[in-house]
Amino acid sequence: MQLDLSRALSIFIDNFDIFLNGILNTILFAIVGTVFGLLIGLVLGGIKAIKIEESDTLIIKVLKKIGHIFTSVYIFVLRGTPMMIQAVFFYYLLRDLVHWDMFTAGLYIISANTGAYMAEIVRSGIQSTDIGQTEAAKSLGFGNMQTLFYIILPQAIKNSFPSIGNQLIVNIKDSSMLNVLSITELFFQSMSIAGSNYSYVETYFISAILYLILTSIAYIALNYFENKLNDTKVNKHMDMCA
Amino acid sequence: MEEIIKIKDLKKHFGTLDVLKGVDITLHKGEVLTIIGSSGSGKSTLLRCVDLLERPTSGNIYYHDEDILAQGFDVNHFRSRVNMVFQNFNLFNNLNVLDNCIIGQTKVKKRSKEEAREIAIKNLTKVGMKDFINAKVTKLSGGQKQRVAIARALSMDPEVILFDEPTSALDPEMVYEVLKVIKDLASEGMTMIIVTHEMNFAKEVSDRVIFMDNGVIAEEGTAKEIFEAPKNERTRQFLAGFKA
Ligand SMILES: Nc1ncnc2c1ncn2[C@@H]1O[C@H](COP(=O)(O)OP(=O)(O)OP(=O)(O)O)[C@@H](O)[C@H]1O
Ligand SMILES: [Mg+2]
Repeated sequence: MQLDLSRALSIFIDNFDIFLNGILNTILFAIVGTVFGLLIGLVLGGIKAIKIEESDTLIIKVLKKIGHIFTSVYIFVLRGTPMMIQAVFFYYLLRDLVHWDMFTAGLYIISANTGAYMAEIVRSGIQSTDIGQTEAAKSLGFGNMQTLFYIILPQAIKNSFPSIGNQLIVNIKDSSMLNVLSITELFFQSMSIAGSNYSYVETYFISAILYLILTSIAYIALNYFENKLNDTKVNKHMDMCA
Repeated sequence: MEEIIKIKDLKKHFGTLDVLKGVDITLHKGEVLTIIGSSGSGKSTLLRCVDLLERPTSGNIYYHDEDILAQGFDVNHFRSRVNMVFQNFNLFNNLNVLDNCIIGQTKVKKRSKEEAREIAIKNLTKVGMKDFINAKVTKLSGGQKQRVAIARALSMDPEVILFDEPTSALDPEMVYEVLKVIKDLASEGMTMIIVTHEMNFAKEVSDRVIFMDNGVIAEEGTAKEIFEAPKNERTRQFLAGFKA
């Protein structure tokens, strides 16, 4: 067993269009999953961070409690099961109801899955902002939602930017699980190429290199944005292997 | 004179800890009321109850004869009229100096961006922070932060400002600049409740002084009465601790 580099290169050149198609789909799923996952995470993390207060009326207390239970179950299930299982399970479960194709289902699944991780990131970001920020906002007459949107969330997002960005890198890699829905992302395309040329080592070597390039670009871009956000030149370490 | 805030038999417990044990205060328009007292006597808790950052255990608080603890009372509108200035400034870290003074006006008072900007700049000028309007709040000194916090409160055109030890987190050389701003407000007739450990300042600025001890008002009087002829033994002991 050995790796023939020139064979690998010719596989890359001969199958360039297929690889490129895989790369573009992987990028699409990673970005859509991260952006919509963040939106879901903002809503769920926001709900999770709402405190039940003594002064609330009973109906508000009950609604808040339902919100807490729903988000906890959502996070528990989607973080505790493989995305591969989620993909096939929800695709077939909802197929007759919503009549979706596998590609659309894949976009929903990766967003929903990322949302579970983002919810935890957002919640801890919210809880790490100083209570004084909330009190100052309230003292000026801000309502709870205004406080959350204008004061707390901007700080929570900024503080948890490294973890949020890390989800993009995770999604570049984990979108490969959506091959179970026959989505032609990079791993699926690599499998088809390897299946026809039988050069497994060389083909997967190329796809590994391509993944590494994608994650590196994402890493560099995220670092750039993080530095801009912090207005500093300090390079912060970001964990690439989540 | 017109009564703005009236506190009646206010009590606050934290679990088994009795922090306020029945406090009565009436605040009149244009009055500067200072609250002094030893650490843990319940001064902050009292102010926080007035701004509804803490829910009183029992008692009543009236704002222009309206019960602020009643169901359905518009708490947010009340708070936009009665602002708090905190010991730790609590400027919004995600906004620059100017936006700290604008956001409450546009989001709560629904003023236009232009009007809010004008008012913010007027108040930042007043506290001597006009040159810093674009600065990040994290880059300011403590004294500068507190002056911005005062400008932020003033920009809401409040009826009352509550100060909770506004200079206690400051280096000594910055205390003066903040006290100066508060004195200016006092001379303009702003209605204020000020919790402070700065006795000379309290003596100078107060229309009325309350000495709190262990959750109750132990003594109340004019600045002259409290500082020059305290009747209560605890007041005397407390003030003796400040004499050089
Ligand atoms: N949220 C809270 N939960 C429990 N105990 C509290 C809480 N807030 C205040 N206390 C307690 O209530 C008592 C009075 O506190 P408070 O902050 O009102 O005193 P203070 O007069 O402002 O003191 P200082 O001069 O140190 O600021 C203290 O014993 C404090 O530990
Ligand atoms: Mg205090």
